[in-house]
Amino acid sequence: MFTNAFLSGLTMGGTYALVAMGLTLQYGVSRIMNLAYGEFVIAACFAALILFTSMGISPLLALLVVAPAGFAVSWLIYRILLTPLVRRAPNRGALEVDSILATFGMLFIVQGIMLALFGGDYSSYSYFNTPVELLGTTIAANRLIVLAVALAVALAAWSFLMHTRSGTAMRAVAVDPVAAGLVAIDVRWAAAAAFALGGAIAATGGVLVSMFLTFNANIGVVFTMKALIVVIMGGVGNIAGALAAGLILGLAESFVATYVDPGLTIAVTYAIFLAVLLLRPNGLFGARAR
Amino acid sequence: MTARPALVIAAGAAVFAALALVPFVADGYGMSLAIAIANYAILATAWALFSGPTRYISLATVAFFGVGAYTVAVLGEVLPWPIVVLAAAVNGTLLAFVVGLSTLRLAGIYFVIFSFGLTELIRQVVTWYEVKVTNTVGRYVFLDTDQSMIYWQLLGLAAILYLTGYLIGRSRLGFALRVIGGDETVARHVGIDTTRAKLMLFVLSALFMTLTGAIMAPRWTYIDPAIAFNPQISFQTVIMALLGGVQRLWGPLLGVIPLTLLFDWLNANFPNHYLLILGIVFMLIVYLLPQGVAGAIGKLSRSRTKPEPETDRKAHSAEARP
Amino acid sequence: MTTLLQVSGLTKRFGGLTAVREAGFTVAAGEVTGLLGPNGSGKTTMMNLISGNLKPDAGTVRLVGKDITGRRPHLIARGGIARTFQLVRVINDMTARENVVAGLAFRDRPLWGQAAANEADRLLERVGLGGRAEAQAAELTYVDQKRLELARALALSPRLLLLDEWLAGLNASELDGGIALIRSLSQEGVTVLMVEHVMSAIRQLCERCVVMNAGAIVAEGETTAVMSDPAVIAAYLGEEDD
Ligand SMILES: Nc1ncnc2c1ncn2[C@@H]1O[C@H](COP(=O)(O)OP(=O)(O)OP(=O)(O)O)[C@@H](O)[C@H]1O
Ligand SMILES: [Mg+2]
Repeated sequence: MFTNAFLSGLTMGGTYALVAMGLTLQYGVSRIMNLAYGEFVIAACFAALILFTSMGISPLLALLVVAPAGFAVSWLIYRILLTPLVRRAPNRGALEVDSILATFGMLFIVQGIMLALFGGDYSSYSYFNTPVELLGTTIAANRLIVLAVALAVALAAWSFLMHTRSGTAMRAVAVDPVAAGLVAIDVRWAAAAAFALGGAIAATGGVLVSMFLTFNANIGVVFTMKALIVVIMGGVGNIAGALAAGLILGLAESFVATYVDPGLTIAVTYAIFLAVLLLRPNGLFGARAR
Repeated sequence: MTARPALVIAAGAAVFAALALVPFVADGYGMSLAIAIANYAILATAWALFSGPTRYISLATVAFFGVGAYTVAVLGEVLPWPIVVLAAAVNGTLLAFVVGLSTLRLAGIYFVIFSFGLTELIRQVVTWYEVKVTNTVGRYVFLDTDQSMIYWQLLGLAAILYLTGYLIGRSRLGFALRVIGGDETVARHVGIDTTRAKLMLFVLSALFMTLTGAIMAPRWTYIDPAIAFNPQISFQTVIMALLGGVQRLWGPLLGVIPLTLLFDWLNANFPNHYLLILGIVFMLIVYLLPQGVAGAIGKLSRSRTKPEPETDRKAHSAEARP
Repeated sequence: MTTLLQVSGLTKRFGGLTAVREAGFTVAAGEVTGLLGPNGSGKTTMMNLISGNLKPDAGTVRLVGKDITGRRPHLIARGGIARTFQLVRVINDMTARENVVAGLAFRDRPLWGQAAANEADRLLERVGLGGRAEAQAAELTYVDQKRLELARALALSPRLLLLDEWLAGLNASELDGGIALIRSLSQEGVTVLMVEHVMSAIRQLCERCVVMNAGAIVAEGETTAVMSDPAVIAAYLGEEDD
């Protein structure tokens, strides 16, 4: 029972970490608090579902289509819808409020489109659902695949940010957009690229989620909330923090569900989150004052 | 400057007296619309009372509303109505105090997310408690009341709210909140106890939301946590208040009336595209009416009466000599 | 001469950086004291510590002998310390009059209503903004916003006025007007502690000066003596003297 809880906690945690990484990029670099984030995750779930059920394309292959599509759509959204808000905002606080409101509208629009297309029923499909023996328990193979892919993508994103010029530019913008502009970083480009990269990561997360969870058009907000919790726990803009916090959250949920009461899982996540917010507003690992 | 207080209050009283006659002329459908409007008018105005001047976007409206409704669901049949309402008020006030004390130092986005997370936490805990401890999923609210009674109570509450808001707007407390909204650091350095001022308004605003929930509870006859703590109520409150404009007391009402009618019409005619259209309306507000309807009206009338601002930098420099 | 403000052992750290280090000095009642030092030497931080905007890590701040260290800023403001900000801060969407009323309405003996409006207009007149009472603060020029900020600080009828580079960015004639205004305030009995880079203004206004460098007080005394102190010259080496 323990190993089982541990493994499924790890899978959930890996997904949370991945999904949160996209949000922390969007918020940390582009300064857009994207409340529609979870809807994009769910949209990717549906995309994977359609590709799989109607064309027989495996979700892992679907990633090659869905992730770039997520990038492109997010790029366009940033350029067309959000840039005007960035331009008109006199300061960071105003942009925060405006972006909350705008992405909030976007949330309803995306959710409304999905409801119109797919209705409100839960969907799922079965891919690699074969049981595997591992560490003395059985676990579905797709969960292990998800965990592996989530960690691989997360590490790829991390090394992109740490070791490439573009990644460094994004990190510089996250710390101080004005100073970044002074050292000849194209701040607008970096913000748009980070937002789009965040969208691609959301799409990747969605495809992975669809492999082992049932989902419907309404549950995007759950992913937004969890991603937010992870982002804030890990410290805004802190990629390694998001990874750690995601795993912690996944494990906590899994253990609460196994040992305490499945009905309290969500309550516990929120309680952890609220406690972190009150006691360490800069995140569990973000001691750095800004 | 503005009209004399006695005059304003008398005019307001006349309007409310006229509105009290609605149940004698409206049919069942008209009454349900009137109740919906009164309900959101209180929620949005109470929301703006705090969020307008301080610019804190709270998504906790339904936390208080739900606490009011649930208090009625639990106590409604065992205690007399006035005591039930009082109990709801006490619960809402206590919750608001705890929440306010712990969160009002959170800035911007953190406050938004916290207020939302808090509502979800309360909903989850109530659900769990009902399932595990009381073995129920929902509760029936059988109270001896009808649409007209609910409407009159809401109307009375609205009257108190507008009067309170009007008096606060003219008071030092209201002014303190405007200073806080303008620049909180400045506010502290001119002697404003910002924590206390924000907390007072937050609790007051929450109190009205709680009472609204208490009054509305009997309308449902059946409530469960998903109904009483439906986040949609918080969202709609925010949309309506922002559409109307939060800088003036009567601003939110300008958003409540058209949007309540619009939502009602959408629900009746396009139940499947409700969310989509809601989202589009929201986007339009953000892009086209950043100050809300009231702000747009204000801007129009101001641009007609005000001369161009003076821009000559040196015009007054000589006067600095004593 | 009585001591109005007494700072001793004051220390403030930001992470690894010690912005103010065991600083001590006094401000005598009725005087204009200058607070000098190169950029980043901790002057604004000192102002923030005195006015309660920041809490010190060590040390004390006393106002007429009473310990006010680490008190919340609104209490310090009501206790008689008013301030302006290095980057001018006015409430943009309020009128000039309302900005000043903000200073009157929450002080120790508050004014409100017509009395406040009258007093606000008088203070606006005093700083050279007579006739601009109805203007939105955002529409005022930079100099006028600085004046407005001063009027708001005066509205608290402070015992001690903290000015953080209030004269910075003024042109020559505005500067003369500003210096005359501060002098007249001083003659009316307001004690002033002013951070300033404009040396001519310091020579004209300040009886005494305190000099900071890298967070520490390196000199304190009469202006002429301080100006020729080797430690001060060393601190400013490479810095331009206005
Ligand atoms: N809130 C803060 N967090 C971190 N470091 C700070 C903070 N405020 C000031 N500092 C640092 O403390 C040091 C002193 O800053 P301060 O603003 O007090 O200097 P100053 O003497 O007023 O300089 P200037 O003449 O440029 O106004 C600087 O190195 C500054 O970067
Ligand atoms: Mg400074």
